[in-house]
Amino acid sequence: MMTANATITRELQSLFGETELTPQPTHDDIPTLWTTKDKVHDVLRYLKTDTAKPYKMLYDLTAIDERVRNGRQNQPDSDFTVVYHLLSFDRNEDVRIKVPLKGEYPSIPTITDIWQSANWYEREVWDMFGITIEGHPNLRRILMPPTWKGHPLRKEHPARRTELGRFTLTEEKDEREEKAEQFHPGEWGMTRHRDGTDFMFLNLGPHHTGTHGILRIVLELDGEEIIDAVVDIGFHHRGAEKMGERQSWHTYIPYTDRIDYLAGVLNNFPYVLAVEKLAGIEAPDKAKVIRVMLAELYRIASHLVWYGTFAQDLGQLSPVFFTFTDREHIYSITEAICGFRLHPAWFRIGGVTYDLPRGWDKLVRDFLDYFPPRLDEYDRLVMQNRIIKARTKGVGSLTLDEAVEWGITGPNLRACGFAWDFRKKRPYSGYDQFEFDIPTATHGDSYDRAAVRVQEMRQSLRIIEQCMKNMPDGPYKSEHPLATPPLKEHTMHDIETLITHFLNVSWGPVIPAGEAAFGIEAAKGNNTYYLVSDGNTVSYRTRIRTPSFPHLQVIPEMSRGLEVADLIAIMGSLDFIMGDVDR
Amino acid sequence: MNSIVIPLVIIAGVLLALTTISAGLIWLERRLLALWQDRYGPNRVGPFGLLQVLADMIKIFSKEDWIPPFADKPVFVLAPAIIMITVFMAFTVIPFTPGIQVVDLNIGLLFFLAMSALGVYSVVLAGWASNSKYALLGGMRAAAQMVSYEVFMGLSLMGVVMLAGSFNIRDIVEAQRGLWFCIPQFPGLVIFFIAGVAETHRLPFDLPEAENELVAGFHAEYSGIKFGMFFVGEYLGMTLISALITTLFFGGWLGPVLPPVVWFLLKTFIFICLFILLRASYPRPRFDQLMALGWKVMLPAALLNLAVTGGILLAAG
Repeated sequence: MMTANATITRELQSLFGETELTPQPTHDDIPTLWTTKDKVHDVLRYLKTDTAKPYKMLYDLTAIDERVRNGRQNQPDSDFTVVYHLLSFDRNEDVRIKVPLKGEYPSIPTITDIWQSANWYEREVWDMFGITIEGHPNLRRILMPPTWKGHPLRKEHPARRTELGRFTLTEEKDEREEKAEQFHPGEWGMTRHRDGTDFMFLNLGPHHTGTHGILRIVLELDGEEIIDAVVDIGFHHRGAEKMGERQSWHTYIPYTDRIDYLAGVLNNFPYVLAVEKLAGIEAPDKAKVIRVMLAELYRIASHLVWYGTFAQDLGQLSPVFFTFTDREHIYSITEAICGFRLHPAWFRIGGVTYDLPRGWDKLVRDFLDYFPPRLDEYDRLVMQNRIIKARTKGVGSLTLDEAVEWGITGPNLRACGFAWDFRKKRPYSGYDQFEFDIPTATHGDSYDRAAVRVQEMRQSLRIIEQCMKNMPDGPYKSEHPLATPPLKEHTMHDIETLITHFLNVSWGPVIPAGEAAFGIEAAKGNNTYYLVSDGNTVSYRTRIRTPSFPHLQVIPEMSRGLEVADLIAIMGSLDFIMGDVDR
Repeated sequence: MNSIVIPLVIIAGVLLALTTISAGLIWLERRLLALWQDRYGPNRVGPFGLLQVLADMIKIFSKEDWIPPFADKPVFVLAPAIIMITVFMAFTVIPFTPGIQVVDLNIGLLFFLAMSALGVYSVVLAGWASNSKYALLGGMRAAAQMVSYEVFMGLSLMGVVMLAGSFNIRDIVEAQRGLWFCIPQFPGLVIFFIAGVAETHRLPFDLPEAENELVAGFHAEYSGIKFGMFFVGEYLGMTLISALITTLFFGGWLGPVLPPVVWFLLKTFIFICLFILLRASYPRPRFDQLMALGWKVMLPAALLNLAVTGGILLAAG
């Protein structure tokens, strides 16, 4: 277990007093400091603006219901803990600030005046935990329907539908729910007319061809010009974090597939790495390379869906058929390896499920030969098309500062000219052993976001080729007792392993108490799993920080003053997926 | 007697042929798009999926003829009829062969332009009568787009009129015996083709229905046979523009060996395929870009073409 990194801890303690900031050891390298409700605002402001190499990005903001947690030795007394996770690009370091709150329904001051991006995160904390955010500009539910009773991530809230009693949809209830979804401009500080102009409010979604899933955007329009927009999410919310508190560490893996359901193993990856960090497992080399290879295949698969639908959003009909055909080629590889296509559930705590099948390298080599000419063709078809350029260049531009302020990561951040990629900056699973470049662009507009993704596919191909040529020998899973399930050949010859196998499969492994977060470079941006274990067969709290959530929050900011068609281009270029937003 | 029967036979024949062709076009478009998009398209109903159209027709005719309660009913019903009527009317002046033409108007070309201008009402009224925001936005786009593209559509044809010295479409075809007008009037051809695509609001100029932005635009609230009329109207419009390009720029029925009607159909078919190819390959510009192209590029180009053609004709005496 790492002790907190001393530099920032000492700096803060000398400034705010040693008693005000208590470090907490965690399994990841992230300095974790407890402060108080009164001090947190000042501490966060100092970290964002005043410290030498500032923590400019609010990477995540969430809470933990601590009331029934075991083994919280040496931590301040708390019923609910609000957790702020900040990221400093200059230091390449994170810091985690925790605030203990007492009482059944406590409150905490807002930090929306420090980070605009805190808005949605704080609404989520209110929605999920019932923690009131004092001074929040518009504190209302975000993921749950406005009529919901209770706050789902509180421990007393049932996790299963069957615990809530029989469900009947009466006519009155149906009407009530419909009415609750109605949009009232006043609630969002909008007016129906201003300066002699009447505005039209247009409901874009939840079922709309341009939204890529069940997302609702209410537009305030003057003609076709967007005056303002309100993004309404939560239609795809399936309680993935709550399920983490119910499924064993092992059986939660398939649930992660469903978060960003286009990127398969890229969801398994951060989860499994975070669990391994808690358990102290190091996956063997072969498992690492298999993981990297599959991750890059799924990155291409995800980007291909984006590529086709992006062109489709701009009115081009054909590319979507081509890119989906190419994705089938990738799926035929993953199908041969995992037996699955969309939801592989292939990574395991300590490695991967099985060894690679015979003949896998031929499949990969065929794809490496087949795909680059196709990419060149799409360049001519889409990226060099003058109408596409006219539709996307200069549309929805973000400056680097804005992107950091709103918590934008991944290709969307790199399009602003900043080569930030966890695979290079914080190499995991042996990414430092591969040769590849981080593509960037300069303007941060819709076209650049697209261009970065197209380049990324070529880089992923490079990585896959290196994986194919240098696949190591050896076991595909760690021999650590918590690796689940243990390697089969051992269980057949050794009673100890057989017992572990039996226990780990029937009960699930018991992961040591502690906290760890692990972030990876997923297809759409930085995806982090923050796991809290209280030494049980299930996670005490599973927090999934997804890239798409902050990406959606910035849509109104980007689309003001533009036209409806531009909004569709922006959404296409942002590449979000609703499962990744709502979880 | 013959003077009454023969025109009636021609009218009935033309109507039947046009509806069959436009229905067949739906199949053709789906198969061609599939070919260009590496997939199969409809290939199950009948030989090569040809009966798919029939199946779709049975389906669309037997659907509930539903009018949304919030719509302006008389206008809502009238709108799809307008597009069918105007397009059919425009076909009356097209000479398919020297013998097959419904009416030989001496202002044939002007009559076509008038009919195509009236066609705008269909889309605008559909958007307005639907009383829905998406349809309204689609109708607004359609009105602006079609009115502006109307302007230089007419101008682009005046070069042809000057060369032929007549508004009569039959005379224009006859005037191309030596040289098809696609050569001396190449700029006119390009401008007319672009205007024609905009007029029939097909990709890349399908902004009134832009499915990714406005879901289905002006016909978002239409279903059943009334939607079918818009659908067929669009294909008829595409056929009309292709037929006009053939007659005005590619010598109509003129051609060696084969009978005139085959030449006419063959040429028209090529342009229809071009329309479909456009749909398979182009993205859609934004509304203001479309308007800018119309007023800042196409209109001056049409005027320039007109002035140059006029100048050369004057100089040649």
